[in-house]
Amino acid sequence: MNRVLTLLGIAGAAILITSASIAQTLNTVKTRGSLSCGANGQLPGFGLPDAQGNWKGFDVDYCRALAAAVFDDPNKVKFVALTAKDRFTALQSGDVDVLVRNTTWTSSRDTQLGLNATGVNYFDGQGFMVRKALKVNSALELNDAAICVQQGTTTELNLGDYFRANRMRFKTVTFASVDEALAAYDSGRCDAYTTDASGLYGVRLKLAKPDDHIVLPEIISKEPLSPFVRHGDDQWFDIVKWAHFALVNAEELAISKANVDEQIKSINPEIKRLLGAEGNFGEQLGLTKDWVYRMVKHLGNYGEIFERNIGQGSPLKITRGLNSLWTKGGLQYGMPLR
Amino acid sequence: MSRVSGRDRPQISLLFDPKVRSVIYQAVLLGLVGLVVYAAASNAIDNLARAKIASGFAFWNHTAGFEISQTLIAYSSQSSTYGRAFWVGLLNTLLVAGLGIAFATIIGFIVGIARLSSNWLVARLAGFYVESVRILPLLLQLLFWYNAVLKALPELRDSVVLPFGGYLNNRGLFLPRLDVAPGFDLVLAALVIAGIGAVALRLFSRVHQRRTGRRLPVVTVTLVLILTIPALVFLAAGAPVTVRYPQVGRFNISGGIEILPEFVALLVGLSIYTAAFIAEVVRAGIVAVSRGQMEAAQALGLRRGLALRLVVIPQAMRVIIPPLTNQYLNLTKNSSLAVAIGYPDFVQIFTGTVLNQTGQAIEVVALTMAVYLTISLGTSFLLNLYNARVALVER
Repeated sequence: MNRVLTLLGIAGAAILITSASIAQTLNTVKTRGSLSCGANGQLPGFGLPDAQGNWKGFDVDYCRALAAAVFDDPNKVKFVALTAKDRFTALQSGDVDVLVRNTTWTSSRDTQLGLNATGVNYFDGQGFMVRKALKVNSALELNDAAICVQQGTTTELNLGDYFRANRMRFKTVTFASVDEALAAYDSGRCDAYTTDASGLYGVRLKLAKPDDHIVLPEIISKEPLSPFVRHGDDQWFDIVKWAHFALVNAEELAISKANVDEQIKSINPEIKRLLGAEGNFGEQLGLTKDWVYRMVKHLGNYGEIFERNIGQGSPLKITRGLNSLWTKGGLQYGMPLR
Repeated sequence: MSRVSGRDRPQISLLFDPKVRSVIYQAVLLGLVGLVVYAAASNAIDNLARAKIASGFAFWNHTAGFEISQTLIAYSSQSSTYGRAFWVGLLNTLLVAGLGIAFATIIGFIVGIARLSSNWLVARLAGFYVESVRILPLLLQLLFWYNAVLKALPELRDSVVLPFGGYLNNRGLFLPRLDVAPGFDLVLAALVIAGIGAVALRLFSRVHQRRTGRRLPVVTVTLVLILTIPALVFLAAGAPVTVRYPQVGRFNISGGIEILPEFVALLVGLSIYTAAFIAEVVRAGIVAVSRGQMEAAQALGLRRGLALRLVVIPQAMRVIIPPLTNQYLNLTKNSSLAVAIGYPDFVQIFTGTVLNQTGQAIEVVALTMAVYLTISLGTSFLLNLYNARVALVER
């Protein structure tokens, strides 16, 4: 029965799936000469093209880092703007090689969607934004509120859990894209807008009067954001996974964009291994020895990418918090390269 | 194969026979299409299995976990399943499509007839409406209506208070709800009896007209019958309904009937847009009936309105129905643009959220296509029935 129904479905849908090249993503990327990266496209600080059409953001820099590791050129990336609801289909079908789009790592996405989360590059949690004029100081006062939310997100599910756990009622108005949901909130259709806290800081800047809105203190869920790749290509999974660990390790070892040329001459064996002066770790991944050097040279370490896009060097001014290095009380911990 | 007649003609090779050739071509083409479909399907199934993407319809009975803003049947994010969400979405689509078709037809017929009016201003206004609505993309119009509706309405605290305890604000229109109490079935029974009376009157009036040539005031009497008898029974039974008034809370209004601004925007946008096309269809249909028909009817002594109703429109309907079917189908399919303005229609709920939460694109998209196929075939079946009734009967 399922097979028959699946057969019926192919007429429209399987065209997508058939073009999926399950294995050999690295070879595909090299042959194509560019990395195809699924990004947000509407979220300041994480993924948004600027006025000149240059993609900027924390997630965007992860794609650029991968391109730098493969091609030694951070611009060899083709960005595909994806909505929350389209993103997994785009990755499953092979339309994009990697999905770096502030996407929460959950068990169902890791298993039944046929995807692999590669490692948490941003520890986040869901929050609420409301108008100051409402005089609401806590999410627990939002009983009966109308809440604007983006479709196809874990936020949509967490809302139900949180409000039920606190015996509150609510109404959602669901939109396909961030911009539409935000416009409805801005026009007064909803009392609150909800998404990951990092996203709240980003989208607040898009509102007509950002200072009229506040982010409530409650974080109602765990939202570990991670890049995603398809099941079935362990080599590519390893590359994306270790690109993140390498960037964190670079920060731990104080290797930055500015000093990477000095650091490569260091006598510290950890630094030598990381930057490829010793050992052949990059070649084991199918890349070159100097892959980490390339990433750091072009984009800087984890901390630099963070501060430039969403931290103190950006309009968002998000503090590192949970995303500090483990040595500074945070959760970012680079697995050892050896 | 028929034998070639005439002894002198040479036997033609089967390969050169046009009939045989066309059969071969069609068989080859069919085979190729089948091969492509088979290759794509088996490839998809293999890829799904290799990527360990879940497949099958087990998700249908899993708890949905997301909230829906408009539900015509009972639904709760915590206990209802994806299957239930499917029905909620489908009903929301049918609601907006059904009402949209009704409104678009009414507006379309009025505008279409108005375009042919001898009154210069009326004809020009109708023409301006049709031309301006047709050139703008529907999505743009929906966004316009949504933002126009939202911007024009007051905030919750400044709600417009309507008579009989209703409220209007940018969260929607809130009206008192009537819940039937025991004894209401008497009223329904009265309604049925009044309906039977009206039908009987109609039959009698037809006989009466044939015999005497006089027309009875059927419409007026029917209206009086249907309105007064149930009303009298309603009062006699002691008004067996309870009214639930909307209550204003801190953030929202609850209780009573709630009509969402998203719904209104979508309904208005779809009706206005499709009505412009229907108006053109109607105009074309009326123009297609030759002028002589109207003149002949008037020569027989029919008033202009009666001539239009009894002579012109029935003939125009033959031209109108087939393209009208297209417009109904378009409206239904266009309702899936709801996703842009936050109305929870079938596509938004099922192909949007459910697909995303389950990740089963093939199953969900296949079901979606099946649903639209069913709705479209159903609509065109009904209109084809009607078309067969009004079509010119040739002898």
